[in-house]
Amino acid sequence: MQTTTLSSTPSPFLRGLTDGLPLAVGYAPAAITFGFLAASTHLTMVEAVLMSMLVFAGAAQYMALNLIALSTGVLEIILTTFVVNIRHLLMSISLNEKAEKDHPLKKAGYAFGITDEVFTVTSTKEAPVPTGYITGVFLMAYMSWVVNTALGHVGGALLPEVLQQSMVIALYALFLALLAPAMRSSRKVISLAVLAAGLNAAFGLVIAEGWAIIAATLTASVIVEMIVPLEQSDNRKESEP
Amino acid sequence: MSYEMMLLILGMAVVTYIPRMVPLVFLNNKKMPSKLEGILHNVPYAALGALIFPGILFAAETIWLGLAGGATALILAWRGHHMMTVVIASIGTLLVLQLLFPG
Repeated sequence: MQTTTLSSTPSPFLRGLTDGLPLAVGYAPAAITFGFLAASTHLTMVEAVLMSMLVFAGAAQYMALNLIALSTGVLEIILTTFVVNIRHLLMSISLNEKAEKDHPLKKAGYAFGITDEVFTVTSTKEAPVPTGYITGVFLMAYMSWVVNTALGHVGGALLPEVLQQSMVIALYALFLALLAPAMRSSRKVISLAVLAAGLNAAFGLVIAEGWAIIAATLTASVIVEMIVPLEQSDNRKESEP
Repeated sequence: MSYEMMLLILGMAVVTYIPRMVPLVFLNNKKMPSKLEGILHNVPYAALGALIFPGILFAAETIWLGLAGGATALILAWRGHHMMTVVIASIGTLLVLQLLFPG
């Protein structure tokens, strides 16, 4: 499968930091918004930043603010967070297949950073994906998430509104930038992406977004695998027969 | 910080970390059956599809802005431009469109 080629000169960690840059840009408006909403939900600066530092999960953090505003109980918010983030289980299982074999403690370290976006950037690279690379991507994204949460709490609208409204496209552009090169060289990838997108749109009508994404991803992965098995397609090309 | 808020943040941190950590730590060095391995190799691309659509339609103020940004990204990425170029160009597209056609 054609993936973004990694040049061999800089260290995996530096390459990770560099590839994390578009992610840092993409996280900025989301984190600024989170910080701003946290302030208006009467979370202190320390509470907002601590949540971003310890949880590091966009959708779940937004949802928690909503629930806090509705004075929902602590246990219910924690349970909701778990349900929203259970999709990362699937992503971690998948990334584990591609990640360099390493000490469990090191893997436990970068596991903290497996967001949707960190997963997509790292798992679309050719195996084995080095620990340093995953750590680099994660740290760049993480710094942006934490720092911009603080900025959002202080200022909220430090950036002109029209720019903030434009930056919301950044993460989708990043996803497309990861997908397009792989789609070009593999019809299997096209089928996977299109099928999962369609299923997600359909499932989203009946179940919550987090569950729809996991159900669509899994269903598409299984169906395409039944039609085009790995052995058949994986001559380092993975084009359909 | 209140005790309750501290408990909430720690609880959220734990339940978010566990699903991210368990497979990476406990599936170490185990060989999967090939069928399962194939499915897991498909996950990144299927996940990308599901993460992009239909979310991209509702990302910006209007569906059209989302589609314009998506089209810009897709064309540039298809031509092999760097991730960063793709992201900035697609932000630029939305910026220009919103400045040209406000409200």
